Amino acid sequence: MRPRTWLLLFLALVVAALAGLALGPVSLSPGAVWGALFGNGDANAIAIVQTLRLPRIALGVVIGAGLGVSGAALQATLRNPLAEPYLLGVSGGAAVGAVTAVALHFTSLAVLPIAAFIGAALAVTLVLFVARAAGARGDPRVLLMGGVVVGAFANAAVMVLLAGAPSETVRGALWWMMGSLSDATWQGTRWIAAYVLVGGVLLIALGREIELLALGEDPAAALGVDVERATRRVYLAASLLAAVTVAGAGLVGFVGLVVPAIVRAMGARSVRSVMLGAAIAGGALVVAADVLARTVRAPAELPLGAVTALIGVPFFLSRLRRIT
Amino acid sequence: MIRFDGVVLRYPRAPRPAVDGVTLDAPRGAITAIVGPNGSGKSTLVRALLGRLAPERGSITVDGDNIAALTRLDAARRISLVPQREEPAFPLMVRDFIALGRYAHGGVWSGETAVDRAAIANAAQRAGVGEFLERRTPELSGGEWQRVRIARALAQGGDALVLDEPTAFLDVAHEMAVFELLDALAREGRAVLLVSHQLNLVARFATRIALLHAGALAAFGAPDDVMRGDLLERVYEWPLVVTRDPAVGAPVLVPLRNRASR
Repeated sequence: MRPRTWLLLFLALVVAALAGLALGPVSLSPGAVWGALFGNGDANAIAIVQTLRLPRIALGVVIGAGLGVSGAALQATLRNPLAEPYLLGVSGGAAVGAVTAVALHFTSLAVLPIAAFIGAALAVTLVLFVARAAGARGDPRVLLMGGVVVGAFANAAVMVLLAGAPSETVRGALWWMMGSLSDATWQGTRWIAAYVLVGGVLLIALGREIELLALGEDPAAALGVDVERATRRVYLAASLLAAVTVAGAGLVGFVGLVVPAIVRAMGARSVRSVMLGAAIAGGALVVAADVLARTVRAPAELPLGAVTALIGVPFFLSRLRRIT
Repeated sequence: MIRFDGVVLRYPRAPRPAVDGVTLDAPRGAITAIVGPNGSGKSTLVRALLGRLAPERGSITVDGDNIAALTRLDAARRISLVPQREEPAFPLMVRDFIALGRYAHGGVWSGETAVDRAAIANAAQRAGVGEFLERRTPELSGGEWQRVRIARALAQGGDALVLDEPTAFLDVAHEMAVFELLDALAREGRAVLLVSHQLNLVARFATRIALLHAGALAAFGAPDDVMRGDLLERVYEWPLVVTRDPAVGAPVLVPLRNRASR
């Protein structure tokens, strides 16, 4: 990708972040935002910017980056431009893990991602097993069907878990099913960012293997990749990323689908540059979607996952036409 | 250089082995061809070379080293292999595609070295793809695509070159160009192991031919020893004659019309 394109991606992220700081139930002028960032001006504006909107934007950037990298890695490894953690049921599995942990009163964002990761890893294993049992792991459609089925199963599992739960737990869990950045705190965002960094670095380190896996298993093996081991590592790291985003912001679908495609269309060639570009673009997309979620029907807030789905579904359909 | 010794290969849960006791070798400086009807086990042998299927019995060695004991990286540095089918999930620049052949020579974070660049340029030139390095893989014709894949195998740099039906879907000129290239590469000292359905071309270019039938070796020897009408008729289960090409003097297989329609 040319330097100018990278600059464009960064610019999109900055614009989204600035909009996130200025827009909301209370609109702030650019001057007021600028002042509040450095602790000057109206006390209300300072509180809104520093304790509400800034951590929210930071969480959005981190979540979007995790979803973007995870989607880019899964698409290349599964050789499927429609692969992404939400559609593959991986996020659903993570939600089951997270809700289980919450039901057991483990709510710290240090621990929650681990519970979500266990759920996600089980889900990805199940999806691959279903696809293999159908005898067509390479067929994108079978894989997605497996993902949808496992996702539906995960939803059902969450509902069952919730059936005797106190009402505030139910509310919390529903929040998970729909995705939101509204509970963002600096403390939690730091944990989420640390986990996303770990998963992201793992996947970038696997970049050369992922590049070859995108050619197919036999070519990858011919060129020197231990296919089984590399694939397992990619799934684990991508599941970790997806799980962390679920623990931090619930089910935010389609970001991992849309963002790598945009970055590729902008000229990213190597898998590593697609992953890095998807991290930046993913952050921008989630922050922008969150701005929409907060402003379209203000003062009411739309679920973030609903906004990304409204963006992602038409995109998915246009891609589906191309591969079938 | 590559040697199969009494190799038995069986797919998981298959009642019978796909390859049953095959012994053959592909020395440096020659083209060794593996031919045989569909399902006779040709591609299974290639899968075993890729480490995707472990021999139930027997051994596969590269210069005396058992392939099962080599890491994939080690094996890839010695054997450059062009699989039968390949379709990149996402379009690639031809040059980037050839550069992937250098994977086994780099580390996790290492970029392209001067050695890599030289190997890529040399491979592209040898395979005759230097003019379309900046094109994207989906824009290539069938012949160009096969040559680009051979270029990647050359960039990989192993002394052994294994190709699984490299001329499928190619017209006469492109097919000949590939065989001429393989011939030149063998003369330079590489061991070329070639799986092919083109018996007549194989008979002209290969030093030795291994004829597989239902997973077993029906014959292994010089083209004149293997290109025998009675033998091929039995293996391919089709009436045919083997004659001699008046232009080039090589044995030629001519399949006959079925008895019923004659």
